[in-house]
Amino acid sequence: MATEHSRSAARLMMAPAVILLLGWMLVPLTMTLLFSFKQYLPMRGGDLGWVGFENYVRFVGSSSFWPSIQVTLILVGGVLAITIVFGVILALLLDQPMWGQGIVRILVIAPFFVMPTVSALVWKNIFMDPVNGLFAHLWKFFGATPVEWLSQASIQSIIMIVSWQWLPFATLILLTAVQSLDSEQLEAAEMDGAPFHMRFAFIILPHLARAITIVVLIQTIFLLSIFAEIFVTTGGAFGTRTLTYLIFQRVLESQNVGLGSAGGVYAIILANIVAIFLMRIVGKNLDA
Amino acid sequence: MARAVTTNRKVLNTFIAWSIGILIFFPILWTILTSFKTEAQAISDPPVFLFFDWTLENYGVVQERSNYMRFLWNSIIIAGGSTVLGLIVAVPAAWSMAFVPSRRTKDILLWMLSTKMLPAVGVLYPIYLIFIRLGILDTRTGLVIVLMLINLPIIVWMLYTYFKEIPGEILEASRMDGASLKDEILYVLTPMAIPGIASTLLLNFILAWNEAFWTLNLTAAKAAPLTAFIASYSSPEGLFYAKLSAASTMAIAPILILGWFSQKQLVRGLTFGAVK
Repeated sequence: MATEHSRSAARLMMAPAVILLLGWMLVPLTMTLLFSFKQYLPMRGGDLGWVGFENYVRFVGSSSFWPSIQVTLILVGGVLAITIVFGVILALLLDQPMWGQGIVRILVIAPFFVMPTVSALVWKNIFMDPVNGLFAHLWKFFGATPVEWLSQASIQSIIMIVSWQWLPFATLILLTAVQSLDSEQLEAAEMDGAPFHMRFAFIILPHLARAITIVVLIQTIFLLSIFAEIFVTTGGAFGTRTLTYLIFQRVLESQNVGLGSAGGVYAIILANIVAIFLMRIVGKNLDA
Repeated sequence: MARAVTTNRKVLNTFIAWSIGILIFFPILWTILTSFKTEAQAISDPPVFLFFDWTLENYGVVQERSNYMRFLWNSIIIAGGSTVLGLIVAVPAAWSMAFVPSRRTKDILLWMLSTKMLPAVGVLYPIYLIFIRLGILDTRTGLVIVLMLINLPIIVWMLYTYFKEIPGEILEASRMDGASLKDEILYVLTPMAIPGIASTLLLNFILAWNEAFWTLNLTAAKAAPLTAFIASYSSPEGLFYAKLSAASTMAIAPILILGWFSQKQLVRGLTFGAVK
């Protein structure tokens, strides 16, 4: 059906998008790569020449590197665990017959649409403030000492805030998957006397495996670059400095662009490892 | 055949689901309620839930003190501009990939997706530098361009999955009936493509509205949208809960409403068609 004419027209139609994205990818990436091999201090002399792999060695060698990797893994892992476990439970629950299902869905999905700076600041002040926060009132009501959430349990608090934001996403995707489950298969298993945990482990969970994988991969990519939630709550203090935040501080706060760029290259490599797995799944789906 | 569900079971489901739903929604509800309190009521212990003197004062104060409308306007321009620009670039691309696929279409789609995976912080300084050189740091133009570029892969993907669902037979049928290419595009394809384009527009407007890396790092006083305006409350003076709540409510209300319309598109748009 496609003629030579329509093919060249198609290429022409694609050109703007391809050229823009190619530029968006190549230009800054090349610059980051170049900077990472330089001693580059914009406020203190600017470009001070090539230094080979020194920035890469120094970035990994700095005392804040491994803690930042640890914080990143805890944050991403914690949020993934919470959103997947509760996401599966919520998806199964929302799939049950009930009154007002549409409204419950709306309530559950709402946090996803709240801008990150709003949710972080509302949680930080109105809920987690050790003096005036709602949690402090609640703790005092039960005679307990209020917790200084964002300094004493900082990483847990941020995990909680971020999980609240991402739970709707996991729930929505898992719910879509649950709804495509063959109910006859479940009924047959139930009639054969399989208790719920058996049906869950051998029918529901395998059916959800693909959706769970997708949720894990997509969330990981977004969670690796969590920024605003840390920026407005702790500013990277109290053990909440993720790799992303560390790079941000190196580049913009201490204006050590060479060092920060080397960190940026590490972050890009890390994100790409995750991305490869995601692309495989998405790619397979394109063939189908 | 669906199983008969006992009423008891349904009552229980309803009770549990509503409880959890309200619990999850509670922070938003509480923020909205707090925005109508006085500052003193906002921090009162025990907290007041519904029975307080409702006031609109905070909304007035927020607007007066910080010129809220300017931030709102910046948000609208930046989110709207980047989405519309993205659609202008993406519609032809997605169109040609869906209707005139070639051997490389799949590779191009996947490559586009891979640009979305690039961590923003990795290219922060280059973008910053380019912005300074071009004189577009802290301008709406600059942000429109960056947000258009970061959302372009999602826009292309969403449109592609929608266009893919338009059956090719309809095109052939209209051709048999003697429709010209212009007629075909105008009267056959466009009406079928409109819902997909509208959904894409909606979701990407939301994503751009809430974007909080580039909007925080590339703006200062002039082009700051609502994300940055709210962030300015992270170092407040005096009592500010009610005002923070009022500002927050105004920043999220329009998007919550739009968001509820775009639930379905959310799944498709953010899983790149892998879950439908």
